[in-house]
Amino acid sequence: MADITLIEGLRQAMDEELGRDERVFIVGEDVGARGGVFRATMGLFEKYGAERVIDSPLAELSIVGVGIGAALFGMYPICEVQFADFIYPAFNQIVSEAAKMCYRSAGEWTVPLVIRAPYGGGIGGGLYHSQSVEAFFAHVPGLKVVIPSTPYDAKGLLKSAVRDPNPVVFLEPKKGYRLIRGEVPEGEELLVPLGSARISREGRDLSLFAYGMMHHYALQAAEQVAQEGIQVEVIDLRTLLPVDEQTVLASVRKTGKALIVHEDTLTGGYGAEIAAILAEHAFTDLDGPVMRLAGPDVPAVPYSHPLQDWFMPDAERIAQAIRKLAAF
Amino acid sequence: MAVRQDLQVELSQETLLEMYWYMVLSRRLDERAWVLHRQGKVAFHISAIGHEAAQVGAVFALRRGQDWLVPYYRDLAMVLALGLTPLEFMFGLMGKQGDPSSGARQMPSHWSLRRANVVSHSSPVATQSCHASGIGLGIKMRGDEAVVLTTIGEGSTSQGEWYEAVNWAAVHRLPVIFMVENNSYAISVRKELQMAVAHVADKAAGLGLPGITVDGLDPLQVHVVMSEAVARARAGDGPTVVETVVHRMTPHSSDDDDRSYRPRQEVEAMKAQDPVAGFRDRLLRLGALNDQAEEQIQARAKQEVDQAVSLAAEAPYPSLEQGGFPVYVEDIRHG
Repeated sequence: MADITLIEGLRQAMDEELGRDERVFIVGEDVGARGGVFRATMGLFEKYGAERVIDSPLAELSIVGVGIGAALFGMYPICEVQFADFIYPAFNQIVSEAAKMCYRSAGEWTVPLVIRAPYGGGIGGGLYHSQSVEAFFAHVPGLKVVIPSTPYDAKGLLKSAVRDPNPVVFLEPKKGYRLIRGEVPEGEELLVPLGSARISREGRDLSLFAYGMMHHYALQAAEQVAQEGIQVEVIDLRTLLPVDEQTVLASVRKTGKALIVHEDTLTGGYGAEIAAILAEHAFTDLDGPVMRLAGPDVPAVPYSHPLQDWFMPDAERIAQAIRKLAAF
Repeated sequence: MAVRQDLQVELSQETLLEMYWYMVLSRRLDERAWVLHRQGKVAFHISAIGHEAAQVGAVFALRRGQDWLVPYYRDLAMVLALGLTPLEFMFGLMGKQGDPSSGARQMPSHWSLRRANVVSHSSPVATQSCHASGIGLGIKMRGDEAVVLTTIGEGSTSQGEWYEAVNWAAVHRLPVIFMVENNSYAISVRKELQMAVAHVADKAAGLGLPGITVDGLDPLQVHVVMSEAVARARAGDGPTVVETVVHRMTPHSSDDDDRSYRPRQEVEAMKAQDPVAGFRDRLLRLGALNDQAEEQIQARAKQEVDQAVSLAAEAPYPSLEQGGFPVYVEDIRHG
């Protein structure tokens, strides 16, 4: 086992997939000699060349649109959108085209495509380098939406996403790129299936659902309250679409309480979907209100440090929400 | 930018007649689609009438079946020439099972024909242009010999998506031909409110690739220009913008009424320049066609259209369960 960062897990995944299949290629802004603004593609340009690690024009919709075309031809593109905040120009391509291609052609045309985008706040990025965009895409049948929270999953999920025959929106918690470290096996193929959540800490009192950076904080909060005698079960959702309903429901049937945490803003956020699943299928198992802890309903994360802290859920706030729900 | 008029045409009589056949077949099918709509038998039709010469001239410059087409909704003659059958068109028009474009999920004339490398497209305009560049990129990466033809209306070249697609192809010298079917109207809005350039092809200059304007009522001129663009693409010399100037002789679609925005005289003048009739007269003058052969062609077209309508009318609708899949590749049912 090797102890690596989350972003190193991503880099290894791309390296291995480029090496495995000549049809795999990377396209995005600054992914070439620069190795990506976050260095996720570092060394790949030198190893695989400019034809397979392509510095695109500075235009996100065509990064995705050209990727879709290449996928229709039979390639397996990995499209990097430099920040999730810049994905909106490509929204039409993702939602109207990639997501609908299989259905609208009755399966004649398919789009095996990965769209990688760093998302999330807490890094001084202000309104336009901090956004969480998962709820927009988790509403779109035809897409898969994946968010890793550990180096192991970053590597294993990205490799699975590259091999998946469908379009996958792969959102990466950028604050965790170097902050989150973990063990990853060496010398063996690591594939984590899409569509499965992971119980990252077992508990009997309350189910805590999170993903990305918030999952990291959720584990910290669970550790805090454990010392107070509250046993929290933490579930890393990992894939938001399709959601692992079975794991979500099984946990709440055991604990009777559910708290969902995300840094995306509250209204219409992904937590609402989990809450709806629980209301519909676990109503009689619940012995407390389903609670959501999320970013406040303001347009995006403000820049100034105190304002950013005001926006971001963290371990302390999660612990407070746990105590409140546990006491219900 | 001048309209080319110095073109030499060298096509066999057989090819000329085949081109004419697809123009006639497209026109007769198209007219029948309008009738079926007026009879309340189909919900929607969007027409290629007036565009047939440009489409057939272009597609005959391709290696049909090997090269790729990323079309838009007005390309009936083009997809017929690539192998869509009249019955398949009618399946799509009536929303019947057997529609090869989408299994009757999409509106009519939203083409896809996998067996002929005709790629599925949607209704939001210009989304297809980037796909053409991406296919071109794949062709280049894999060392394939194919080229990509993609089509669009002149109004849709206002979209940023089109510029991004053409820019990509120009930067990477991709084997793509961006054909613009300029009929001067985007539903009701005239070209002068879409762009300040005189010719759509002038836009190419700003993106670093050749742009050429050609009379889209003349299939042979289109064929020559398109053949040059295809040769450049196949030789690795990069993309071309080809503007074909055509007439939209009908309203935008069956849901449009063009009387509010263009004078009838304009439409009448277009009919006097009908590209199908014009090509017929030219073939008669050249001796490639005679009255008897013309009668046979028209009779065959009528018979094929009649048969397609009658078979499609009797065909079943898709079963309701087909509304539920395939959302993901895992849902695709084979056989």
